Amino acid sequence: MTGIVALYIFMLAAFTGYEVIARVPVILHTPLMSGSNFVHGIVLVGAMVALGSATTPLEKSIGFIGVLLAAGNAVGGYAVTERMLEMFKSSGARAAGKGGGAKGTH
Amino acid sequence: MDLHFSADALIQASYLLTAFLFIMGLKRMSSPVTARSGILWAGAGMLVATLATFFYPGMSNYPLIIVAVVIGSAVAWISGRRVAMTNIPQMIALYNGMGGGAAAAIAAVELYRGGQQSTAGATLAVVGGIIGAVSFSGSLIAFGKLQGLIRKSLRFGGQQLLNLLILAAAIVLGALVASGVNATAAAVSGLFAASLLLGLSMTLPIGGADMPVVISLYNALTGLAVAFEGFVLGNAAMIIAGTVVGSAGTLLTQLMAKAMNRSLGNVLFSGFGDTGTAVAGTAVTGSLKPIEAADAGVMMAFAQKVIIVPGYGMAVAQAQHKVWELCQLLIDRGVTIRFAIHPVAGRMPGHMNVLLAEAGVPYDLIADLDEINAEFETADVALIIGANDVVNPVARNDKSSPIYGMPILNADKAKNVIVIKRGQGAGFSGIENALFYLDNTRMLYGDGQAAVAELIAAVKSV
Repeated sequence: MTGIVALYIFMLAAFTGYEVIARVPVILHTPLMSGSNFVHGIVLVGAMVALGSATTPLEKSIGFIGVLLAAGNAVGGYAVTERMLEMFKSSGARAAGKGGGAKGTH
Repeated sequence: MDLHFSADALIQASYLLTAFLFIMGLKRMSSPVTARSGILWAGAGMLVATLATFFYPGMSNYPLIIVAVVIGSAVAWISGRRVAMTNIPQMIALYNGMGGGAAAAIAAVELYRGGQQSTAGATLAVVGGIIGAVSFSGSLIAFGKLQGLIRKSLRFGGQQLLNLLILAAAIVLGALVASGVNATAAAVSGLFAASLLLGLSMTLPIGGADMPVVISLYNALTGLAVAFEGFVLGNAAMIIAGTVVGSAGTLLTQLMAKAMNRSLGNVLFSGFGDTGTAVAGTAVTGSLKPIEAADAGVMMAFAQKVIIVPGYGMAVAQAQHKVWELCQLLIDRGVTIRFAIHPVAGRMPGHMNVLLAEAGVPYDLIADLDEINAEFETADVALIIGANDVVNPVARNDKSSPIYGMPILNADKAKNVIVIKRGQGAGFSGIENALFYLDNTRMLYGDGQAAVAELIAAVKSV
């Protein structure tokens, strides 16, 4: 990938991120923050490549921690986002599955 | 050779698919109707990219990779499924910190290995590494504060100067490493030590109330760090996903700061946002007028329209399930119910919606500030439960008040206002609430959950 192509990708992705979020209602801010937190869990693929190319014990240790943390970011981000969004239902859906709403009481 | 080419083509195609699934997923997550499917789309994208990466040419250490993935995933999955909905903000901080740490780890492996021949590549690795490390240690402090592990906000004179010095040290070491003048292991270690320290010293002075903005900022920073490390590794999926999160997260941070009436600079550099700080403003005159639950219940049962204004106090009292039970009774009587949510009603914007959704409240009954404010004039009753500053009219007209200018819910415009409150005394920020002293306001004293239970009994007996 040449530098200028990388910069094009960077610019277009930045606009995309802004536009995708721009019209989000406040009620979804927390799930969306959690969802975008999950998306940067893609760092996992980079951490895998870094550990895959590590040779010395120091590099392997750091790479191992990197993969461990990245997997935590991706999987944890998915778990909490999915739990939150699962609960969002409209009045119509609520009436259809009467009484099925009060999940996760504590 | 031929085999390598086809493996590489497969990986690139997978990453393209992943980028598509991520963007579509985020798009779907920005509307309540499609939000649930959005996370499934994004999740599928993550799975595709992770599986494809196992076929990356020239990789070794597969056993280590698999062990790390399995342990990291298992711990995060269990903690993520078990955490209470009230504690979601600190879990987001924790998972975000892990992502930042991973980006820093990639940079560290590349720099120790000397894998970057060009100055540009090494510079990107250094910048991504600094940002990732700051996000890592800063997010851990944010987690500690919200979880109640760190109660004090460490503040002393010259703190900003110290932060600047640490930042300068990180930049100088980074320049030495990136330019190849002193790309030794010692310099690389010093670079990361300074960056981690900067995250700690930047976040420690910030109070708990400002943490949502800080977490959102670190979320955007982690995205940026991931994008930079994506450039280093020539990984398009990381560049696109990281940049999208970086820009979306920056926008989200601005929206949150605006909703809280704080500028980002204020949050980061002023060290406010603790409970019980500034108490100022003009004294409020008038008296507090109590009401019995039975009377309040009758008032609501015969109303045409009731607007509920919940605050975090409601969630602390675990009263949201009872509140929804009360609302269902009223809806059955033909009363129109609306929930009015201030952006900072929960512990971060949108958090209250999650807590209400957990109790079973349909999202179409929930309105945010802009939608609902004109409706208060047509409401017979505004029921305030666990909210305080966000309905305080002094924010509109008292220039000397610390919350002057903050957007508020116009609950004072309703024909009757009922405030459920544990006792007398000022709220979270220590500012007297003029709403409580208005002629059309009645105070229903008691624990949130018990008071709502009494209201339910009262409505049932009508």
